[in-house]
Amino acid sequence: MSTPFQQFWQRFTGNKFATAGLVVIVALFVLSLAASLLTPYQPDAIDAWHVLLPPSAEHWFGTDELGRDVLTRVIFGARVSLKVGFVAVGIAVLIGTVVGLFAGFYGGWIDTLLMRVVDIMLCFPTFFLILAVIAMLEPSIWYIMIIIGLTGWMGVARLVRAEVLSLKSRDFILAARVLGASDLRIIFRHVLPNALSPVLVSATLGVAGAILTESALSFLGIGVQPPTPSWGNILTSGKDYIEFAWWLSLFPGVAILVTVLSYNLVGEGIRDALDPRRQ
Amino acid sequence: MANYLIKRILMLIPLLIGITLITFTVIHLAPGEPVEMQTAMSPKVSAQSRARLREFYGLDKPLYVQYGLWISHLARLDFGRSFAPDNRPVLDKIKERIPITISLNVIALILEFGIAIPIGIMAAVHRDTLLDRGISVFVFVGFAVPTFWLALLCMYLFGVKLSWLPISGIHSLGSEHLPFLARMGDMAKHLLLPVAIATFGSLAGLSRYMRSTMLEVLSQDYITTARAKGVKERIVIYRHALKNALLPVITLLGFSLPGLIGGSVIFETIFAIPGMGQLFYQGVMARDYPLVMGILVIGACLTLIGNLLADLSYALADPRIRHGRG
Repeated sequence: MSTPFQQFWQRFTGNKFATAGLVVIVALFVLSLAASLLTPYQPDAIDAWHVLLPPSAEHWFGTDELGRDVLTRVIFGARVSLKVGFVAVGIAVLIGTVVGLFAGFYGGWIDTLLMRVVDIMLCFPTFFLILAVIAMLEPSIWYIMIIIGLTGWMGVARLVRAEVLSLKSRDFILAARVLGASDLRIIFRHVLPNALSPVLVSATLGVAGAILTESALSFLGIGVQPPTPSWGNILTSGKDYIEFAWWLSLFPGVAILVTVLSYNLVGEGIRDALDPRRQ
Repeated sequence: MANYLIKRILMLIPLLIGITLITFTVIHLAPGEPVEMQTAMSPKVSAQSRARLREFYGLDKPLYVQYGLWISHLARLDFGRSFAPDNRPVLDKIKERIPITISLNVIALILEFGIAIPIGIMAAVHRDTLLDRGISVFVFVGFAVPTFWLALLCMYLFGVKLSWLPISGIHSLGSEHLPFLARMGDMAKHLLLPVAIATFGSLAGLSRYMRSTMLEVLSQDYITTARAKGVKERIVIYRHALKNALLPVITLLGFSLPGLIGGSVIFETIFAIPGMGQLFYQGVMARDYPLVMGILVIGACLTLIGNLLADLSYALADPRIRHGRG
């Protein structure tokens, strides 16, 4: 007999692509935690004598317009991406789950009201909304994480609501009610744990989306502000020097691509592993 | 059908109110008064025009009065005047930018559906073959590529290295003197990269979706029945299955609008295309509040219209809704 988790794990690791994605994500975590141990350079150390050097044995990814080591900046940029990905998605999942739980469980006017809010939020081109809010406030990594979270919860809310609707009429919920459990206890103790698996999938895919959004914002100059390195703002100088320094554009972009790809693969892997029919 | 239409249009009212409420809230997140922020930076603004602005927005009144005032202006399609030095009505500025953004997005949308649907069908029909795997790889990479980075790489390759294509703007200097056809050709050359990248960015999601709806339909009993009757596989797929697999895709058409419009900020900024996305970016950077509010409301309304059209075509295509049982 194996536990449900063991079964899940076995199915997940049976998927080569998902496993590879997980390995990359873990490696990125290690990389960003140990960033300062891994490179002899500082991410913001300006070196006027070594400006815009192509990749070499000393500077594997070359140097930028201020002589900073691009590899070091890409490694430190991983910190930003991971932080944004997890905090933004954490906020989105929290709001989406609570909204979905209450809308699905109580139904009636609460449901109508909450789902109308979801519809309204879905009307806005998200990128417009994020841009407007960040420009009204000050561009900072905290605002970015919060705004991406606040504009990204609607999908989770719909998922959780659908899940709750199908759980609500099951016998074990009725049993809990007969035993005198309060609404809140039923919602958080009995409904929530059973509604979580689709949320896990959408959260993993959400991290990928949040990383993409942050890099686009930073690329446009309204995201993470220099000198703090982020993959997006390294690409901004990549754009300015594209005729002379391809390495400034290539490496941070590959970093985004590989990271986002890994989260997507892991997300799909979790989905398939949770639902044996899909295999 | 008429009932459905009326119900659907009545539902727009709360959505419109919600859109304006959220836009209003977003703008009032800014510390300080919008007018103060704007006028503090340009000493040229006289006390008079400051007072006029305050009066226009009712900034001396409580928030709910301000909101009511703004709504009453909106209802008369009065979006206010831009804070930019030209001080033109916001609606005029948006009006001259919208056609470019919409036509770019419509072309991208047509290409996207024209390419993604066959890809999705192919992947589903040849499930688990090498072809399906290859398409999967393409789809996953497509999902993960940041479009602005792809734009950058293409600019480098086709613009700088090969100099095949121009990399910014929508026409060359002096092209207004060219004959009509040459002018169109010049514009097409300028728009080739932006449209290709916008299309590629949304290809992955749609073809993946098409593949999964097609797979779902192919596993239905009536498909097995058709096959058992000896219907040719080609007819099973294109006659029996495709019709039903295409239905949910219509809804996706409406959903993909906000993403496309939002994405236009990125590539209009990169390729210097004078569309609504670029205007929004400029407005945001200059804290041009009336312009930002105007574009937020109009952008959301475009999505609303897109969703309505998608729902209506869904209703037209699905007899269950057409005959009032949906």
